[in-house]
Amino acid sequence: MTANGWFQIALFSALVLALTKPLGIYILRVFDGTAGWLRPIERVIYKASGVDPAENQHWTRYAASLMFFSLASMLLTYVALRLQHVLPLNPQHLAAVTDHQSFETAASFTSNTDWQSYAGESTMSYFSQMTQLAFHNFASAAVGMCGAIALARGIAQRSAGKLGNFWVDLVRGMLYLLLPLSIVMALALVQQGAIQNFSAYLTASTLEGAKQVIAMGPVASQEAIKQLGTNGGGFFNANSSHPFENPTPLANLWQMVAIFAIPAALTYTFGRMVKNAKHGWALWAAMFVLFAVGTTAAYWAEARGNPIHAARGVDVDESATNYGGNMEGKEARFGIASSALFATVTTDASCGAVNSMHDSFTPIGGMVPLVNIQLGELIFGGVGSGLYGMLIMVVLTVFIAGLMVGRTPEYLGKKIQAPEVQMAMLYVLALPALILLGAAASVVLPDGLKGLNNSGPHGLSEVLYAFSSAAGNNGSAFAGLTGSSYYYNTLVGITMLFGRFALVVPMIALGGFLSAKKIAPPSTGTFPVTGPLFVTLLIGVIVIVGALTFFPALALGPIVEHLSMLAGRVF
Amino acid sequence: MTSKKRPLFDKPIVLRAIRESFGKLSPRHMVRNPVMFVVLLGSVLTTVVLIIDAVAHRGGSGFTIQIAIWLWFTVLFANFAEAMAEGRGKAQADSLRKARTETHAKKLEDPADHLSSELVSGTSLRSGDFVICTPGDIIPGDGEVTEGVASVDESAITGESAPVIREAGGDRSAVTGGTKVLSDFLVIRITANPGETFIDRMIALVEGASRQKTPNEIALTILLSGLTIIFLLAVATLQPFAIYSGGSVALPVLVALLVCLIPTTIGGLLSAIGIAGMDRMIQQNVIAMSGRAVEAAGDVNTLLLDKTGTITLGNRQAVEFVPVAGVTLEELADRAQLASLPDETPEGRSIVVLAKTQFGLRGRSLADDGGTPERPHEMEFVPFSASTRMSGVNMGGLQLRKGAGDSVAKWVRENGGSIPPELQGQVERIAKIGGTPLVVAECVGAKARTLGVVYLKDVVKGGMRERFDRLRAMGIRTIMITGDNPLTAAAIAQEAGVDDFLAEAKPEDKMALIRREQSGGKLVAMTGDGTNDAPALAQADVGVSMNSGTQAAKEAGNMVDLDSNPTKLIEIVEIGKQLLMTRGSLTTFSIANDVAKYFAIIPAMFAVTYPALNALNVMRLHSPQSAILASVIFNALIIIALIPLALRGVRYRPASAAVILRRNLLIYGVGGLVVPFVGIKLLDVLLVLTRLV
Repeated sequence: MTANGWFQIALFSALVLALTKPLGIYILRVFDGTAGWLRPIERVIYKASGVDPAENQHWTRYAASLMFFSLASMLLTYVALRLQHVLPLNPQHLAAVTDHQSFETAASFTSNTDWQSYAGESTMSYFSQMTQLAFHNFASAAVGMCGAIALARGIAQRSAGKLGNFWVDLVRGMLYLLLPLSIVMALALVQQGAIQNFSAYLTASTLEGAKQVIAMGPVASQEAIKQLGTNGGGFFNANSSHPFENPTPLANLWQMVAIFAIPAALTYTFGRMVKNAKHGWALWAAMFVLFAVGTTAAYWAEARGNPIHAARGVDVDESATNYGGNMEGKEARFGIASSALFATVTTDASCGAVNSMHDSFTPIGGMVPLVNIQLGELIFGGVGSGLYGMLIMVVLTVFIAGLMVGRTPEYLGKKIQAPEVQMAMLYVLALPALILLGAAASVVLPDGLKGLNNSGPHGLSEVLYAFSSAAGNNGSAFAGLTGSSYYYNTLVGITMLFGRFALVVPMIALGGFLSAKKIAPPSTGTFPVTGPLFVTLLIGVIVIVGALTFFPALALGPIVEHLSMLAGRVF
Repeated sequence: MTSKKRPLFDKPIVLRAIRESFGKLSPRHMVRNPVMFVVLLGSVLTTVVLIIDAVAHRGGSGFTIQIAIWLWFTVLFANFAEAMAEGRGKAQADSLRKARTETHAKKLEDPADHLSSELVSGTSLRSGDFVICTPGDIIPGDGEVTEGVASVDESAITGESAPVIREAGGDRSAVTGGTKVLSDFLVIRITANPGETFIDRMIALVEGASRQKTPNEIALTILLSGLTIIFLLAVATLQPFAIYSGGSVALPVLVALLVCLIPTTIGGLLSAIGIAGMDRMIQQNVIAMSGRAVEAAGDVNTLLLDKTGTITLGNRQAVEFVPVAGVTLEELADRAQLASLPDETPEGRSIVVLAKTQFGLRGRSLADDGGTPERPHEMEFVPFSASTRMSGVNMGGLQLRKGAGDSVAKWVRENGGSIPPELQGQVERIAKIGGTPLVVAECVGAKARTLGVVYLKDVVKGGMRERFDRLRAMGIRTIMITGDNPLTAAAIAQEAGVDDFLAEAKPEDKMALIRREQSGGKLVAMTGDGTNDAPALAQADVGVSMNSGTQAAKEAGNMVDLDSNPTKLIEIVEIGKQLLMTRGSLTTFSIANDVAKYFAIIPAMFAVTYPALNALNVMRLHSPQSAILASVIFNALIIIALIPLALRGVRYRPASAAVILRRNLLIYGVGGLVVPFVGIKLLDVLLVLTRLV
């Protein structure tokens, strides 16, 4: 570990911190309607689509609108991918995408997962990339924000189940927030050298005289929303390790900041919505602590490298002339610190973009992303989904610990009772059910084992990672798993859909239930939701609930792999 | 207060509880508690595996036998905890039943005709029947006194041996079945059918027969069920992972891991905690009509307390006569005493006494009063009423009135008199220092005049300020309710240390105040005894009626204080809080325990497949079998170990939520992490020493 490495991590953290408040205020103004600089365009959209922006939807209607929009747009994408060969903007004449691949990809992008079991450059036409996948990059991120804002309204207001208007929230999220930020971000990436064109693929002659096809495309624009919307679906197969996607260390820094920007800002927005800015910062602090611990662990493990290498005389020490540590699967232009940081950031948030191959990390280094996802994608988390995931954990924390102060647990003045606990538990249950059942089935069924390219604990980690990534809507892969089979396409596709929508519905229901509650004024007898004690408690609940759920599986995967590595055995 | 302390582990209660722990194994009972139901299924499954192994003559079943035994013990221990909690109530119910023994009643066909009574069985009485009770009679059922005054021994219910007075009309008209008339006679209109009487309800409550899960208990059960499902998933999917890794796990071991992980500690003690909370109320001589009310008590934000009898000693004392200009001190004292002669209230008595001690004025009674021209025989008492707000006497041409300043002033003006300018100043002076100014006026012929003011001093009970400070520390606001004017109320409020007051309160004002507080999201508690308190008692979230109060008040509230002590509310709130704290603390403890169990069991499970995992065996447990067994035994024994805590409740000291949270988190959260590491290691050592593994 080097001073330079720590400096990069500190600089990144400082930028995220600096962005939280200003962006948070802006988001607050976007969703309460006070930011109106694009009002004329907004009005045209409502008029054209027949939306009544004044309608205040009951939570059931809000959830139904969200589901309708998501499923309809998913179907549209399925059709578009199946008809890719007859649609325009396809200079490479790429064929129609197969049925199971189309289903999985449509599910993947609709659910903000962006799990890709295909190589973008050899599968998707420019039309598919721009009108379908990029559209979902915007829409699924906005849907996530809608969910978070709806829940926040339920907590903040007393409105008998009414949570706002899904269509208005959707339009505003995209129009005022994601689009302008993406434009700025795309230009910044182009400035650093990311490409943006509609050219056919280039053919170049290498120094050895061989022919090489170099893929082209409108990359920078897609890259911007890929990170800002915590989507993570790369234009190219190599994702953010590809020099056209992520050309320089500075571009790399912008990308990482873009991943955390909105999720971090939403904590501040939430604090302001519930008129307790300190509580918003408490959530931020809990997220940051978990992020910092993960980053440190990953950085430590990768910088330390593999002791077996050291034992055989390989120089694993870092120096000015030697990266040292474990450089397998990492880009030389990013190095160990930026790779470990990127891996942590992309899995803390449900982004899933990668600038290094997580499969090549050391067991502990690779366990960090895995655990980040399994904790529920709430360490800043996905756009919107990170906040609502965290709020679910807050509700559970307040319930368990709130009883300890001798009152019916109250969260920001609203009583947490049976229906609320029920919804929170449904949310919390869905993730382990999807991950553990999917992974368990895949390690015993022949169809599942067929896709496995590694054996032993590492193979288990790969399967576990695949289902964690799908259920957590992350989308990054541990590789080593052939995911494009009928079996995996279907199972992973379903896992992604449930991982998104089986969580969103109870979450919005929770918002609806809370909005119907009286707000009790705070007193000294009220459970405190600010300050170090609360932050510690929240982290404790997240870690203990997550660790208890996944410890047995992790013990047989990365933990035993690590312990075996120390004993000189690798898999 | 006559709290009946009983040792926690009373031998007959323990014996009965042990018997009942087996009776409670019925699936129909167990299914009410999902966590323990899963343990029951696990025990059955392990036993079945054991039997199959034995039939197939497979070796090494000594370990499985021990696992099975301890799994069954886990279930039995939880049942024992519940039976223990119920046992205390049942013992109390038995003594109550004695009071409900078959009684005979003298039923009256015509309540006015006391002589023609018919001897019937107590159980044949229906609501609306009239009975007459003479000394030595057991009152056959709950009812309302319609005629007579008598002293009644209510010790069967309250445990208080001093007799109480019950009389027709007013706020002391309610009688309870099972109590005994000691003197005089009472005509009683029965108000409850057999089986629905207060004593019946009390028996049902203390026995837990009508026990329903309270809202928080339901919510907690959902959380615990959810956690159980999560652990079921984690353990069930472990088998495929193990098979993939090259070595499957024996079923009893999987069951052992599951039982260790699911929150059995809180799951096993949950209903015991709830029952014990009700029991603690009963020990404070408070009968809560539902567990819901006990729970609500912990949530109370606002406490409404009547000033009189609660904050101040019921009786105000006259301490000073203040005449207006033109009236001598002695003249005022004389008139005030005369006006108070028939007034039996403590205030009235104290005026008579003050006049006597200061001026030697004779305490004249109505009977021995001489027939002088000014004081004729015909002395007519004008009683106090809430509408006139004054009392007095009429004697021929002389009318005397004493009462609240504005009402007496109105009376004087109506009778052609005028109000001396300094009167207002005197009234305000007394009010400001917390006294009650009583204006005295007379009317001779058709001409009224004001005589002066009597200063009645309110005496605040000792130790009240400290109690209100404690409440404030809990985040509870106290509001004093009084009929006094705002100035007097403010002074007393300050002296007693309450947060707020409602002056010149009428019953409907109380109601409005409760509604206002509730609409702001607050929970309100109050005490009351009179019939006019009934609507407010019903509206309040926690309405504690006094046992001495009217039947209407007792019906309206959701708790009855047998000691009729209004400050009992403070204990009630503390018990409610303690109940919730005990649940939360043991939940935290239970979940935190799992960390150590993982470190014990996971390396043990895969000792053969992955020896490297032994690095996680931080407790250095002897062998895989000793590790698993020690965890299961710890998991079972901790339930027994925590029974006293569940029954007694987590210690409660008034403090802010943040302070309480920090303390309980340290004890039950951090303690819950550490204790099992120590406990499992100790059990492991013991198992090895006793060669059980």
